Amino acid sequence: MKRNLTCIVCPMGCQLEVELEDGKVTRVTGNTCKRGEAYGIAECTAPTRTLTTTVRVSGGTQPLVSVKTAAPIPKELLFDAMKVLRKLTVAAPVALGQVVMEDLCGTGIGVVAGKEVSAR
Amino acid sequence: MYDVAVIGAGVVGSLTARALTRYQLSVAVLERAEDVAMGTSKANSAIVHAGFDAPEGSNKALFNVRGNAMMEETAHELGVPFQRNGSMVLAFGPEDEEKIQELYERGQKNGVPGLCILTGDQARETEPALSPDVTAALLAPTGGIVCPYELTIAACGNAMDNGAALLTGFEVTGAERTAEGWRLSARDGRTLDARFVVNAAGLYADQVAALMGDESLHIHPRRGEYLLLDRKEGRTVSHTLFQTPSVMGKGVLVTPTVDGNLLLGPTSVDLADKEDLSSTAEGLAQVAKLASRSVPSVALRSVITSFAGLRACEDGHDFVLRAENHALHLAGIESPGLSAAPALAEEAVRLLGEMGCPLTPNPDFQPVRPHSPVFRRMDNAARAALIQQDPRYGRVVCRCETVTEGEIVAAIHQNPPARDVDGIKRRTRSGMGRCQGGFCGPQVVEILARELGIPMEQVTKMGGGSRMLAGPLGETEEEKA
Amino acid sequence: MKELDLVIIGGGPAGLAAAVSAYDAGVRSLLILDREQQAGGILEQCIHNGFGLHRFGEELTGPEYAARYIDEVKKREIPVQLETMVLDLQPLPDGSKLVTAVSSGGMLELKAKAVILAMGCRERSRGALNIPGTRPAGIYTAGAAQKFVNIKGYLPGRRVVILGSGDIGLIMARRMTLEGAKVEAVCELMPYSGGLNRNIVQCLEDFGIPLLLSHTIVEIHGKERVTGVTIAQVDENRRPIPETRQEIPCDTVLLSCGLIPENELTTAAGIPLDPVTSGAVVDQYRQTGCPGVFACGNVLHVHDLVDYVSEEAALAGESAAAWLRGESLSGESVSLIPKDGVRYLVPQQLRLPLKDDLRLYFRVGAIYDKATVEVRCGEKLIFSRKRPRLVPGEMESLVLKKSLLEGLDGPLTVGLSLEGESK
Repeated sequence: MKRNLTCIVCPMGCQLEVELEDGKVTRVTGNTCKRGEAYGIAECTAPTRTLTTTVRVSGGTQPLVSVKTAAPIPKELLFDAMKVLRKLTVAAPVALGQVVMEDLCGTGIGVVAGKEVSAR
Repeated sequence: MYDVAVIGAGVVGSLTARALTRYQLSVAVLERAEDVAMGTSKANSAIVHAGFDAPEGSNKALFNVRGNAMMEETAHELGVPFQRNGSMVLAFGPEDEEKIQELYERGQKNGVPGLCILTGDQARETEPALSPDVTAALLAPTGGIVCPYELTIAACGNAMDNGAALLTGFEVTGAERTAEGWRLSARDGRTLDARFVVNAAGLYADQVAALMGDESLHIHPRRGEYLLLDRKEGRTVSHTLFQTPSVMGKGVLVTPTVDGNLLLGPTSVDLADKEDLSSTAEGLAQVAKLASRSVPSVALRSVITSFAGLRACEDGHDFVLRAENHALHLAGIESPGLSAAPALAEEAVRLLGEMGCPLTPNPDFQPVRPHSPVFRRMDNAARAALIQQDPRYGRVVCRCETVTEGEIVAAIHQNPPARDVDGIKRRTRSGMGRCQGGFCGPQVVEILARELGIPMEQVTKMGGGSRMLAGPLGETEEEKA
Repeated sequence: MKELDLVIIGGGPAGLAAAVSAYDAGVRSLLILDREQQAGGILEQCIHNGFGLHRFGEELTGPEYAARYIDEVKKREIPVQLETMVLDLQPLPDGSKLVTAVSSGGMLELKAKAVILAMGCRERSRGALNIPGTRPAGIYTAGAAQKFVNIKGYLPGRRVVILGSGDIGLIMARRMTLEGAKVEAVCELMPYSGGLNRNIVQCLEDFGIPLLLSHTIVEIHGKERVTGVTIAQVDENRRPIPETRQEIPCDTVLLSCGLIPENELTTAAGIPLDPVTSGAVVDQYRQTGCPGVFACGNVLHVHDLVDYVSEEAALAGESAAAWLRGESLSGESVSLIPKDGVRYLVPQQLRLPLKDDLRLYFRVGAIYDKATVEVRCGEKLIFSRKRPRLVPGEMESLVLKKSLLEGLDGPLTVGLSLEGESK
């Protein structure tokens, strides 16, 4: 199987062609550097994304706090993660870097606040 | 039972309602939209014409010249900016010159003061941005500019302050002659009784007249598209510049507005649909091209918005003022309707009096509308004093037009109250500037929700189904289902 | 009237970084004015990550990046006056500047020896784009939508068409999709996207959102709320091709069609602007045509990476400090002129002799593969560098050694020489 991707490592935007056999990458072409190859392999075997979103704050000076996953999570979990985070409310005050959820969707990856929200 | 019901809260209906509150009369203004000035009065050339266009003896000529003379005092009482900036009709060659001579003579007959014809060079001396192709110009020093919706809002507000009632969302769909006058019914089932009815329904005046038994009127919409330029271009010209009407068309005008923008337009296209306010690529391109003919340097890069307005054209091409059977129809009030409006209102009162409406002066009538503060028009000392009284006047919401939270809150609580984002925009100019609400929009929605005590997602742009937001973040539609 | 050495107009990333560097260069009498309730500027609503890779070597979200600078400002106890809108800026006969501002505390008049302009930019609106059609609810700039979603917590609509493939538009495509909206398409007038590759992949491709290049919205429909748009492909002159018109039902139109520096104060002060950047004309110190007035960040020219904003702002802050110390920032002026594919250059002027190496920022007008950037003085080639790929969406920079620019006898031009073909 072959997959075509645009490399996002740098502005070059190389068109990668990744050859796969039984879910394993056998060959990456079209890249002009090593980082491109690594990107191609990761993207075709275990693509991950850092999720950034907001969660509700109760009793705060602002209604929302921006959050992000402490590490990239598997790409296919993005919507499940959103479903969970939409239901979450954290109480003010919220500190920058505060862990608002320990383990997102069983990934073992936490969710941390990206800003400070003081209590009303 | 009201003494008079005025159908339509455009400039004519609002000024008529105001004129009626000078007498001891109970007055109701019925408006189908959810705010005043939502039809022709919302989007037009914002010009107070001198009065040389219409043929001698026509209602247009008579009321235009009279209304022009009244505008200064009316605007002053209502706290609405009005500038007599003068207008010019530009001639581009001998044929046009013949035509402006004709307009000059017509103007003399209509009683327009101060008209004179300038050579091209004389015209360019006063208006250096004029095209070198201009060969002559008819100068009318009494021509002026006023903001049509600001005038309408102020007139309706002043009428309400003097006791008139405004019923919005009241679309008259039935009229029944009663022993004392008329019973009007609305689409939503409400009814209202009045001894006399003034039909100032603009584009729909023919339909309202028909409901009342007069099927002789026929009004069709004529669409005009406009381009509005950034305030930094407002001084491109000082006069209102018309092109000489010819077989090629009426041309477009280039004019400063009282708010300091530059306005170009309109096109003129007859339509069937009285609701079709869409602008077109062709129309906007035509405005740009024709405006450049008068003022080649016009900065089309500085367009901040475009819009379209509909004029109410009656088949007879003159204003219709018809008093019969306890009803007064004011129909076909197309251009120069804005200019004529104060005089039409005065005439409406006279005609109602002739029909038997008792005109006992109202000793409590206050012609001056209490002036709520306009931050951008104040000097710094006055601003400082105001902020000390009310700190909300120190919070600038609209940065392009320098509109403060105090002004937005005032617009929601004064007559006629703003209920939606466009209502705030027309009353305060928040969102009217170069970013077109990009920055202030979210805050205006928030202030409206707070002051009206409604959830954010119920705030509308212009009433009805024009909601600004889908709803709070949370469950998606799929998750709900 | 309060007198200060330095007033910084705007407390976004540019203003904050300028304040920190001015302080570190010795300025103690300084004040940041910002119109919002909190400092940080537009970064507060940019909750996605990817900020700070150059500056901090890690990927931060917008609020995190802002927090780093807010911390630095706090550590130095640099005063920030929030919810304060500057209304006017005027040079005074004695060489100082009068800054007039308003807040709920009243009117504020400040006399400043130096001023740094850091007011940022605004988005091009529907009106400026002249899109025909009706004017219903549901038409937002991408940034306004972003504020509704990320700050206020409201979804502007559920079925979206985005015009313009600028980064904010791409980011909002993902954000609204994650919040349950359906983004039908992103239309881009140009044959290439103005957004970063990474955003095209992670914001559109990840969610199967089509990017329609050489397409535009030719009409907006709907009386009360948007009910749909008609889109069309455009020809090489960017004119819509009638046969390609198609209607897409939607309730929301987001516009991401470019940013315009907000230079109303600059203009009021009589400071000359560059018609291409829409920002002030500056020299290598980021000093404008008005001595003692400096500019940095998006008010000067639109950046795509905040890291470069911070870098430029630090330079403006240092320059303001030097100017306040009485160091000469004047000198013989030489123009920098963009040509052959280069759209603009910042700075636009050099003051000679140079005190430091010169970093030039520029943008190209189209996509170029295998281009050589050439800096010339007249016919003389001073510097050249090969670039594998240059795209309009990414700001470029190059550093010229001070020694290269000694003995300049005329304006410098910066242009591209092409080996391959431009696309």
